[in-house]
Amino acid sequence: MSLSIKDDEIDIVIGALRPDLTSFMNEWRTIFSRFHLIIVKDPDLKEELKIPEGFNLDVYKKPDIDRVVGTSTSTIFSGYSCRYFGYLVSRKKYIISVDDDCYPAKDNKGILVDAVAQHITNLTTPATPFFFNTLYDPFTEGADFVRGYPFSLRSGVQCALSCGLWLNLADYDAPTQALKPEERNSRYVDAVLTVPARTLMPISGINIAFNREVIGPALLPSLRLGGEGKFRWETMEDIWSGMCVKVVCDHLGLGVKTGMPYVWRNDRGDAIASLRKEWEGVKLMEEVVPFFQSVRLSREATTTEDCVAEVANVVKEQLESKDPMFARAAKAMVDWVKLWKSVGSSTSSPGA
Amino acid sequence: MAEPATATQAAAPAVPQLKDELDIVIPTIRNLDFLEMWRPFFQPYHLIIVQDGDPSKTIKVPDGFDYELYNRNDINRILGPKASCISFKDSACRCFGYMVSKKKYIFTIDDDCFVAKDPSGKAINALEQHIKNLLSPSTPFFFNTLYDPFRDGADFVRGYPFSLREGVPTAVSHGLWLNIPDYDAPTQLVKPLERNTRFVDAVLTIPKGTLFPMCGMNLAFDRELIGPAMYFGLMGDGQPIGRYDDMWAGWCTKVICDHLGLGVKTGLPYIYHSKASNPFVNLRKEYKGIFWQEEIIPFFQQTVLPKDCTTVQKCYIELAKQVKEKLSKVDPYFDKLAEAMVTWIEAWDELNPTGSSVTNGKAK
Repeated sequence: MSLSIKDDEIDIVIGALRPDLTSFMNEWRTIFSRFHLIIVKDPDLKEELKIPEGFNLDVYKKPDIDRVVGTSTSTIFSGYSCRYFGYLVSRKKYIISVDDDCYPAKDNKGILVDAVAQHITNLTTPATPFFFNTLYDPFTEGADFVRGYPFSLRSGVQCALSCGLWLNLADYDAPTQALKPEERNSRYVDAVLTVPARTLMPISGINIAFNREVIGPALLPSLRLGGEGKFRWETMEDIWSGMCVKVVCDHLGLGVKTGMPYVWRNDRGDAIASLRKEWEGVKLMEEVVPFFQSVRLSREATTTEDCVAEVANVVKEQLESKDPMFARAAKAMVDWVKLWKSVGSSTSSPGA
Repeated sequence: MAEPATATQAAAPAVPQLKDELDIVIPTIRNLDFLEMWRPFFQPYHLIIVQDGDPSKTIKVPDGFDYELYNRNDINRILGPKASCISFKDSACRCFGYMVSKKKYIFTIDDDCFVAKDPSGKAINALEQHIKNLLSPSTPFFFNTLYDPFRDGADFVRGYPFSLREGVPTAVSHGLWLNIPDYDAPTQLVKPLERNTRFVDAVLTIPKGTLFPMCGMNLAFDRELIGPAMYFGLMGDGQPIGRYDDMWAGWCTKVICDHLGLGVKTGLPYIYHSKASNPFVNLRKEYKGIFWQEEIIPFFQQTVLPKDCTTVQKCYIELAKQVKEKLSKVDPYFDKLAEAMVTWIEAWDELNPTGSSVTNGKAK
């Protein structure tokens, strides 16, 4: 059912938080080498990047980022947020992004998972957010809509975001992983499903893909923890961004899928060491979740940029008094929309 | 390829959980031969057989099972004029079994459902998995991307608020089927050979505010929390519609669970569904439903239950009222259905006096 997508409609964006990308790139070579890659080096990283030969890629480092957005703005791309610079400068329709400590996973039959192909399939087949299908993705081979699924809802909506999962080191927060230091995710769940409309979830940035033309500006660097660090346990930026994206998608009638593809996430870091830093983020979620659940966008917000600007306003009105982090996040969102409009290609321009 | 497990492959658990607190309700019109295959898993439990169709026929229950059996004569005798709410010549009659049960939990299964095998070849104890689902909390307020966080080897992911990690009580466990999938007639006609061979190793909570098509083939629920909502409607003989019994119960149940803060899970366990019903017969039964569901779904999606509906029965009576108000214009059938819904609650309360409304889930 998926349309045939040309390789040159896809950018693979990698945020480099570690300098030596040799084994990462080599492990992904058979899957990535057909595509154009955008590698963005964390502006805080001092060492030179080591990237093996044989890829079609563009590498952006601090000087490049400074040149494009100015030195004062480039700070928003520090750490894991460096990948958003890649989203900003990409001119492709689809973006796939995985963390630099993830390798291709194997499925239950021992076959290497082509995460790119699965993400593209997810993005190019409809999503079904208005009614839950108990056989999960009805567009996948061997499945369909079940008895009782209204026919008028069977054409679905465009899928804007595809959220993948992780084997081995799951994306737990630091307290959870610290309590179960040996636990690794070994369960390969052979399903893709649409996250229902108005249902929110923590969208992990470790393994995602999206339709940049449709939803690009909504994936944004804005919430930065005071003690944000270089391990996922020490960040909430993707979770915040993901809540914005879901609210915008729900408002615009776009779909978000979750499930396959899996990537294999390598062991890295120490949950207990990260515990103190992430505690901030854990507390914040108690405010963040009810807040996003209550956000309602106006009828006039018909583009992604408008939606993001409205969310930023509501963040400012309702959350800024609770923590200065939110005030900064709201401002970052507004700035991001301006940046997107001036640097990123507009969402309505065809085939940018 | 999906294959059912054989009776000898199924291994009984050392200690059958909830054996005095769970009834297995089975509607049948033919025979109960399928029970042989389920013996290692079902034998410790009490069965309630609801015999549909000709009451003069004798349905043999395999030896060794502890059971009670009700045919149409029994239903008429026990309910008197209220028996009109129980369908005839349709597996919807199974809900009579829910009403007469005295147990806390119900597991219901169709007589053409066998033991399935997991990908490692092991026979799946569906009842055991349903019990696990019902005894662990649900998480309807925020979606966990690693599915059921209470399963072994899983947990809540980063970003999941700690205040929501206790979850809510699980009222319903909706299982799935390998082999013959639960498709509607048009889909069956277009894809007569499609078989579900995909084993999805997940249980997940259906989020609050989201409706789903509930299939009654492999279903378990907490009767004390949600029982009165599990009315399977007016189907079969003398009715303009069939094969929407479980759908109707599912939509009512989900709306009420959402209102009362209870959880509904779907996914594991799988059973092996062996019999494909005749798609032409199905089409005739479902035909009206296919049109009506276009009105029914928005009705349920927009239904709001008032705050003072704090028990399942009150919620259900209120729903019946709204069905009468808003769906009668679709077809006079809904008038009858709304009345039958009220009759059902009256019958339920008669057969389950006091205590039952107190133990219902609490409204938020």
